[in-house]
Amino acid sequence: MSLQYPALIVVVPLLSALVISIAGWVNKRWCFPITVAALAVAAYSSVGLLFRVLDEGVIVYKLGGWDPPMGIAYYVDHLNGLVLAVVSIVALLNAIASKKSIEQEFPEKIGPFYTLYVLMVTGLLGIVVTGDAFNLYVLLEIAALTGYGLIAMGGGRGPLSALNYLYMGTIGACFYLLGVGYLYIMTGSLNMVDIAGILPDLYQSKAVMAAFIICMVGVWIKMAFFPLHAWLPNAYTHAPSASSSLIAPLVTKVMIYVMIRLILTIFTPEFSFNILAVSKPIVWLSVIAIFMGAILALKERNLKKMLTYIIIAEVGYMVGGAWLGNRVGMTGAILHIANDALMTLCVFLAVGNIVYKVKGAEFEDLQGLFRKMPFTMGAFIIGAISMIGVPPTCGFFSKWYLISGAIQAGHYGFMVALLFSSLVNVVLFFRVFEICFYEPFSDHHGHGHDRHPEPMDEAPVTMLVPLFIVAAILVLVGLYTGDIVNHIIEFAIPKGLV
Amino acid sequence: METIISIKPLLAVLVSLLITPILASSRAPNVREAWTFVAAVAKVLIIASMVPAVLKGAEIVYTVAQVVPGVAIKFRVDALGMLFALVSSSLWIVTSAYSIGYMRALKEHSQTRYFVFFALALSATVGVAFSANLLTLYLFYEMLSFATYPLVTHHQDPEARRSGRKYLLYIVGTSIGIVLPAMLICYNMTGTLEFSMQGIFAGTEPKATMVVLLLMLVLGFAKAAIMPLHSWLPAAMVAPTPVSALLHAVAVVKVGAFSVLRVLTGVFGINLLTNLHLGTVVCYIAAFTVITASLIALTQDGLKRRLAFSTIGQLSYIVLGVALLSPKGMIGGMTHIAMHAFGKITLFFCAGAIFVATGKKNISEMVGIGKRMPVTMIAFFIGSLSVIGLPPTGGFFSKWYLVLGTLQADQMPMLLVLLGSSLLNAAYFLPVVYKAFFCTSEESMFQNTIQEAPIWCVAPLVVTAVGSIVLFFYPTLFLNLAKLAIGG
Amino acid sequence: MADLISIIVAKYNYWIYITLMMIGLYAMIAKNNLVKKIVGMNIFQTAIILFYVSIGVKKGATIPILEHGHGGHGHHVVHAADYVNPLPHVLMLTAIVVGVATLGVALALAIRVYNQYNTLEEDEILAQIREE
Repeated sequence: MSLQYPALIVVVPLLSALVISIAGWVNKRWCFPITVAALAVAAYSSVGLLFRVLDEGVIVYKLGGWDPPMGIAYYVDHLNGLVLAVVSIVALLNAIASKKSIEQEFPEKIGPFYTLYVLMVTGLLGIVVTGDAFNLYVLLEIAALTGYGLIAMGGGRGPLSALNYLYMGTIGACFYLLGVGYLYIMTGSLNMVDIAGILPDLYQSKAVMAAFIICMVGVWIKMAFFPLHAWLPNAYTHAPSASSSLIAPLVTKVMIYVMIRLILTIFTPEFSFNILAVSKPIVWLSVIAIFMGAILALKERNLKKMLTYIIIAEVGYMVGGAWLGNRVGMTGAILHIANDALMTLCVFLAVGNIVYKVKGAEFEDLQGLFRKMPFTMGAFIIGAISMIGVPPTCGFFSKWYLISGAIQAGHYGFMVALLFSSLVNVVLFFRVFEICFYEPFSDHHGHGHDRHPEPMDEAPVTMLVPLFIVAAILVLVGLYTGDIVNHIIEFAIPKGLV
Repeated sequence: METIISIKPLLAVLVSLLITPILASSRAPNVREAWTFVAAVAKVLIIASMVPAVLKGAEIVYTVAQVVPGVAIKFRVDALGMLFALVSSSLWIVTSAYSIGYMRALKEHSQTRYFVFFALALSATVGVAFSANLLTLYLFYEMLSFATYPLVTHHQDPEARRSGRKYLLYIVGTSIGIVLPAMLICYNMTGTLEFSMQGIFAGTEPKATMVVLLLMLVLGFAKAAIMPLHSWLPAAMVAPTPVSALLHAVAVVKVGAFSVLRVLTGVFGINLLTNLHLGTVVCYIAAFTVITASLIALTQDGLKRRLAFSTIGQLSYIVLGVALLSPKGMIGGMTHIAMHAFGKITLFFCAGAIFVATGKKNISEMVGIGKRMPVTMIAFFIGSLSVIGLPPTGGFFSKWYLVLGTLQADQMPMLLVLLGSSLLNAAYFLPVVYKAFFCTSEESMFQNTIQEAPIWCVAPLVVTAVGSIVLFFYPTLFLNLAKLAIGG
Repeated sequence: MADLISIIVAKYNYWIYITLMMIGLYAMIAKNNLVKKIVGMNIFQTAIILFYVSIGVKKGATIPILEHGHGGHGHHVVHAADYVNPLPHVLMLTAIVVGVATLGVALALAIRVYNQYNTLEEDEILAQIREE
């Protein structure tokens, strides 16, 4: 059984998509349990796979028994083992939380929603698990196409935002495909490990450099790296809660994974950092991304949209960390993939609960929320604190590695950007907390013992439990940072990178 | 030195953290407050049980998690940490009693929230006291910042929001903007953040770097309220008085001062500071704060604001004493944590009791109040004696050692600063007491009938006032701990 | 100048795909009509498909089917140079499918948008959103 984990991760959600779409016709109530069961199998397999990788090292799984480079092979090493576990757990928790909000937002589309949901997870998991560059493109498009559908389901400005996302997403994927084409011309192979073996003799070739740059631009568009970010805020804001809390934590992070895979595996760090002398400008670009993300977030008066701009800043963190060109920075970037996925999930789930109850995420809607939804807000505080970067939540430790990397690389601009963004996050989140805490002001200032608090009106248990689990994970991952880095990330980065 | 591995430090931190769900879910106020007392007493007992070992010179360590290479989330109980933990945890019991009296008398809203965050804040305070390295200290320092925010802004009115913003801006702004990068630079230079007598630096680093790092770490811990990063403290006085009492006379501000002490003695180390003559730099910054804060205090009419500025000055005594780098000065600085805590908390309790009983906040409205609230005002008198540093109060000892320290370090300007500031202390406290008791009946704003605040308010301030006097006769425990802390 | 011409002539397939790509990109950026943008997107995708197909071409090579493969003894060596490379073509089958799927989703979204705003002109839609 455990030998088949790599296949199960992709095949189970894929087949369940079929089953769910049929179940949607027969009886809508079956959709949710099937989804959860399929994702639970995927999560179980990917966690099991991670432990197997920890024991045995890299696992190669040949689909259909065909040998690479002819057949498609799944490679699972420490890097994607970690990302797989995070993606599948996030997808599972969010699926559980989505039940009530889907029933409220579009009860007639439960079947299609969960079909798209599991297909998207299939795509994301496939991107991470595959060892074939072209296969990655196909899965990329599966994840993207289902994503457009999930976003457009929300109605309102959803379809228009999804269409704009579709234009950009398609360009991004096409760029990636073009880059892979150049690589194929040069190496005659599509298998990542195979390409990596052939490339070193061709490092000086203009075509290889072009391939690298084109691929990079493609994934940057997909991950909304500033200034290629314009599609993201609207798409994520106007998506229904359950979709945005799947897409926001995962899509950008998986694309960061693809970028790191390109840097570390297909092209070696030697090529990416030394032969192509572009690290410095890219880190500066990410500094700009962080600043702009933070500043644009400040002007938003909608909680969800504000969070989307924070995601843009966070993308800057990871791109910058990966391109610092040293081991510590890369560690920070990889760690932040996991941490940021979890904390983004935490805040988006909290927003989902708020939207479920107060029907909006404009700042005016948030008044008195600490009284009304104390549990949701408690978890939201933990997510916010992690985003700010306060120990012992995990956000602090990835920031620790990123800043350490910046100091070791002598790139103080990046350090300042990270600190600036932390401080802006304090302002952003406490501005929200202030509204939830103080407003509406009671008539009698000073000793408000005569205020009439609104009664507590919490989100349903199925939405609260996943939220609490994520909040707890944020702290636990923070405390176990040492183990994660020493046992997983340490092996995910090639020895050559110091 | 003997090292004992024990889970007790972790328990001491967790006991008030784990009580918070019970506090939050208890419906009856009496049950809630009973649990607060249980936690407070348990905390003191756990901490006290470690005292004998510490007095024997042992260290109690417990590692929670190895988070980054070379740095763990780790507790280490040494003499200095024990001194601070003892003071803050024992005063928590008293403050809890006082809180009950104050909050119920004023029918404050959201009392449950208040007690929950109070317990959280105490966890963080003891965590800071027992931290074994800068990272752990930073963790609890930040936890304290966020846990005290809802306490400071308890009234939830526009004024509270303004003060809350200022509080966050100063406290969190400096800790993320200044301390965090300084800590990371130290870590990348040395690979460790563990406090030790010798400091973490090799001593070969360029002096300019050292000066910058020192200033970043001393000023960055803005809870120590060293000028120019002090103005959050008067603003935070919008909080209910028990909060001001425990947090802004004992826990929060002392956490700041304590962090600065740790930076001076544990991160840089006395030897390095002496060799590079960096102590003097800190001395002058602290001395400036002492004098300026005392002068500003003279001009304040709001009693709590006057106490706030007095606190700013007194905190810098602690920093000043240690920055003298002479053994006596350091003992003075460290014991001042305890002595000032007892004195200042008494004063805050009195201010709160006056507010509860009469609704008055300004000193100009308190003429003749001694006739109406004699017990409170006598306690106020004792508290001010302790803060000024006169016998028979504990404050005398710390001042005495500070003065000896300046002589030992041969720092005449600092001696003058100490003496001048003591005069200023007397000038801003004693007139309050004088006007309270000695005024003609025409001047008096109160009737002669005795009408004190509720017993829950008065009893705690009597306890702390008596405590101040007791510390004069039995200062040995704190003196011994301070002596141990500087290495025997 | 002669060099440049020779480069263009020798690699004309690349120049054609680049030109097509730019036309597509231009349409996506500059056009105001959502469907025209979709058309541009499709041209863009097709350009890349053409690029892939063209890289499989070899001069003088034939279709990749073994001449005597069936019923023969298969003992002769297969010369890769004799056949065009089939792999890019196969890949493009997948890419065409993806392209069609994308087109379908895009048109479906465009219909949704049209039903909502009664127009497909982007500036008019934005004006409506601003009015809300």
